[in-house]
Amino acid sequence: MPEHMSDAAVPSPETLDSAVAQAQRAFNGVTSLDELAGVKPQHLGDNAPLALARRHIGELPPPQRGEVGRLVNQARAAMVQAYEERLAQLTTERNAQMLVTEAVDVTLPTTRRPHGARHPLSSLTDRICDLFIGMGYEIAEGPEVEAEWLNFDALNIAPDHPARSMMDTFFLEPVDAGLVLRTHTSPVQARTMLERKPPIYVICPGNVFRTDEPDATHTPLFQQVEGLVVDKGITMAHLRGTLDYFARAMFGPDAVTRWRPSYFPFTEPSAEFDVWFPQARGGARWIEWGGCGMVNPRVLTACGVDPGIYSGFAFGMGIGRTLQFRHGLPDARDLFDGDVRFSSAFGAEI
Amino acid sequence: MRVPVSWLRDFIALELREEAGPGGFTVAELDAALVRSGLEVEAVHRIGDELRGPIVIGEVVSIVELTGFKKPIRHCQVDVGEAQPRSIVCGARNFAVGDWVVVSLPGAVLAGGFEITARTTYGQLSDGMICALDELGISPDHHSGILVLAREEFAGQLRPGDDAVAALGLPDVVFELAVTPDRGYCLSIRGVARELSSALNLAFTDPAELSVPAATDAQPYPVRLDAAARCDRFAARVVRGFNPDSATPWWMQRRLLLSGVRSISLAVDVTNYLMLELGQPMHAYDLATLQGQMVVRRAHAGEKLQTLDGTQRVLDPEDVVIADDSGPIGLAAVMGGATTEVSSSTTQLFIEAAHWDPVVVARSARRHQLGSEASKRFERGVDTELGLVAAQRAVRLLVDLGGAVADPNVLDFDARVPSLPIELDPGLPDRVAGASYGADAARAALQAIGCTVETGTDNAESWAVTPPSWRPDLSDPIDLVEEVLRLRGYDAIGSQLPPAPASPGLTFAQRRLRGVSRALAEDGYVEVISYPFTVANIAEILGFLEDDPRRSACTLANPLDDAEPLLRTSLLPGVLKALARNVARGQRGVALFESGLVYLPEAGASPAPRLPVDARPSDEQVAQLYAAVPHQPRHIAVALTGERLRSGWWGSGEAADWSDAVDAARTVAAAVGIQLHVRQAEYAPWHPGRCAELAIVGPAGSMSVVGHAGELHPGVVARLGLPPRTVAMELDLDALPEPAVPCAPRLSAFPPALLDVALVVPADTPASAVEGALRAGAGDLLESLRLFDVFSGAQLGEDNKSLAYALTFRAADRTLTLAEATAARDTAVERARLVVGAKLRS
Repeated sequence: MPEHMSDAAVPSPETLDSAVAQAQRAFNGVTSLDELAGVKPQHLGDNAPLALARRHIGELPPPQRGEVGRLVNQARAAMVQAYEERLAQLTTERNAQMLVTEAVDVTLPTTRRPHGARHPLSSLTDRICDLFIGMGYEIAEGPEVEAEWLNFDALNIAPDHPARSMMDTFFLEPVDAGLVLRTHTSPVQARTMLERKPPIYVICPGNVFRTDEPDATHTPLFQQVEGLVVDKGITMAHLRGTLDYFARAMFGPDAVTRWRPSYFPFTEPSAEFDVWFPQARGGARWIEWGGCGMVNPRVLTACGVDPGIYSGFAFGMGIGRTLQFRHGLPDARDLFDGDVRFSSAFGAEI
Repeated sequence: MRVPVSWLRDFIALELREEAGPGGFTVAELDAALVRSGLEVEAVHRIGDELRGPIVIGEVVSIVELTGFKKPIRHCQVDVGEAQPRSIVCGARNFAVGDWVVVSLPGAVLAGGFEITARTTYGQLSDGMICALDELGISPDHHSGILVLAREEFAGQLRPGDDAVAALGLPDVVFELAVTPDRGYCLSIRGVARELSSALNLAFTDPAELSVPAATDAQPYPVRLDAAARCDRFAARVVRGFNPDSATPWWMQRRLLLSGVRSISLAVDVTNYLMLELGQPMHAYDLATLQGQMVVRRAHAGEKLQTLDGTQRVLDPEDVVIADDSGPIGLAAVMGGATTEVSSSTTQLFIEAAHWDPVVVARSARRHQLGSEASKRFERGVDTELGLVAAQRAVRLLVDLGGAVADPNVLDFDARVPSLPIELDPGLPDRVAGASYGADAARAALQAIGCTVETGTDNAESWAVTPPSWRPDLSDPIDLVEEVLRLRGYDAIGSQLPPAPASPGLTFAQRRLRGVSRALAEDGYVEVISYPFTVANIAEILGFLEDDPRRSACTLANPLDDAEPLLRTSLLPGVLKALARNVARGQRGVALFESGLVYLPEAGASPAPRLPVDARPSDEQVAQLYAAVPHQPRHIAVALTGERLRSGWWGSGEAADWSDAVDAARTVAAAVGIQLHVRQAEYAPWHPGRCAELAIVGPAGSMSVVGHAGELHPGVVARLGLPPRTVAMELDLDALPEPAVPCAPRLSAFPPALLDVALVVPADTPASAVEGALRAGAGDLLESLRLFDVFSGAQLGEDNKSLAYALTFRAADRTLTLAEATAARDTAVERARLVVGAKLRS
């Protein structure tokens, strides 16, 4: 408790100094903000000695009044300063302590709703589409149940052509309705040429079907992407340039393509092409990737494009096959099982 | 096509080397050359590579039949050139005393790394083994029996004990080639040798360049050809006095076996041998069985023929047959008949070497599901010049090997229409390749494949190119271009990007699918892709009503699995199957989505027309074609079961329920940028009380239903083996329209007035109706409205519920007074009272 100043007496400078010293001791002696608040009124409250003393200043004769008033104010300022310093000090300490006690384990799991995923075939298809959009292409689509004429005849695969039996086709009932599940996305190429005029730069990604019993490398449903370019002055060098560009985008900057002469009714000359994949699992090697060639003039004619003015190229490859090599897919059936562990293992960016 | 290198060597000077170097080629170099010329190498078989001696010629001295065992066993003494014969136990029976056989002695290694040791078996010492073809690696057939060598063929040069491996012509290398349909001539040793001669720059001797006797006035046997049979070449020869017991010499057997063809009898082997060597399929008839004139004609409807494989076939009027007075005796180009088959007593042979129409052959082979080595070649086109040559070769072999005498008369009907030369612009190969080969190189390449190249008749700038008779596939200028590019090598073609125009980018439909897929993936759904095949009773399983259009599905004529003949009309069967599979594999909370086409046939749709291909069909024809194809909209579906929100240290999780399925639809709509309207509905396969109908406002302001969402019907859940309370959503993505270009909002910075209101309504009042009334009544000052509580209890009275809404009012230009906000709320409540009978909860 502070020493009591006489009610009536005007405080002497010594008394004031002593009151300030007492207040400083009291403020510095507390260890929490609550205690500080508890001792504050005794020194700075309305009934604190200093406050009472100030009330008596007015009773002093004018010559003394100024001097005493100045001393009392000085003392009060010193007390306030002592209080505020201690307040700041204790507040800082309290805040620091609070941050320590509020700490949590940030390594706790946070996912309340499990993450979803796109199917890797969809992600890869999107990526391929973006690549070709960047090259000036459009994405063409068409139905999966398709007219036989568009799947075969328009593509120079006559009804009795041996190539027709090469593709194990699902036919729809009744068979004379002329409908099949498309065996390639080439009918989309035919539709594109029937519907519009060159220049045509399209790719046709999508589902295709063959009557293959499912095993590690075959499924009755698979995904293809085909490209079609019809323009003036298109050459096989343009085809190779396009495939080389595509190969580098899919298999890295050192990928190149290699062509083997082959046969497709809808292209002539035709080639199968391999891609050199430096990062292949198990070592760099050639991978059989797809087929390509110059659009057969007969196909251009059947689809209303004058082969005397325009030429074109076409290519196609399996998206699943690309995925198989790029990502080391062990079994093609995993693509269509719908097991969430499969799609979830692939990131959004593929 | 299996091609023994030793056979190729008859026509090109091809030496095999182990190491690369001059004077020969390695197997790898041959492989690369075949691939370069467009022949895919499927496998390389090194025949006899594994054999290690002693493998010797042996003569069977005696045979003792052992009895008392499960199968007959022979104990043989075999002379292998030693002082004493060897004692050998053998389980096979197709040999006799005095036969020459191949004996592997202890220490020898046979095909498959099988080591021979002396051992005691069936109570006797077996000091070696008498070899079968498969043990020597010559044939994969495990039932081929012991290889018995024709003694008279080998006796001059060999004795028992001599090395048998070299005597059998081993080792050898066999290339197994996949031949594309345009390269029918490569289904022969002749064709492959010619290709390799070009690829490796070796001289080629053509086995078909043979001077042969021409047709005689008299026929060796009376034959008549109907024009309708479309047979443009029919050559035939006859031999008599053939010894039916003549053995096929080992050199011929060996080549047949290495080519994958069994040796049957000399007469049959000769025709097979020449088919493999020249590419000309032939048929041998037992002349003695022919009755009257032979006629080549179309079959009559209902005629029957028993083919060589023993099958009784009913013929079609499109089939071409060879017939005699007894009726059809062979299905032309496909398979001979049983009644005139060459037998073990045949002494007179009629040899037919014809050229058949590829389309006729293809149809017959497909119609009778009878693809033969012969039909395969005729479908792809056989050299029309080969008939007489092949027949002459056959006669020669039957005379030399079978003691036959040739009939001097030769039959050769020749109705071929000479094909016109192809007019070729010499610059076309360069223009197609984007390369500069030059005209001389193009001409040289065409000549190398057997074309004659002359100056064009109409245009001196162009060439008139006549393809050789073995290349019926060359008909268009572009076919010739391909040959030039192929022979020059595809590696010579440059690499350059084409000058594409600017792309307009993805279409709205493509952006829509991407946006929706990404939104669902971000919302916790895993994408799956299912087969579109479904079971026949899917409509019953899903509980579709009798008139549900989803009952009308496309049916496959040849499904992979007879149990799944239909194509889906809804994505749900596939996505629910995947859901069940995940649950079966131990997943607890599963959320799946799938986007894909559904196939909706229209009743009474006309068949897709078979249009011509020689010119573009008319717009009308194209429209007709498109109209015949079923409607195939793209749908999107989700299915969920188990925890949608996981439990964890934060507290308990939350099971997926009907509202997640409806929310998935809202996620889809939000990704597209449109509003979905949700209404109560009853629709299979959903729970009738927990099914939401999803609708959009069409252009005319009318609602159009685009899908459904909610909890599945418990019956459906049970029938599909799904966990209870499985929920799902499906909607027609194609029906979601492109939104109008959105207008930017005007944001007010004035403070909002927040007021809550609780309304009591009859329990069956849809929340959407209450909300609609409140919104309509609240006027422009209402910024947002949120239902934050649904409550029912006794104090509200039976059949009532309380809906509590938080309303936010805000003005664009001023701070709202409490009086203004309260007035707006009161009009909203009044509206709800009028529209849905809502009472303010006191």
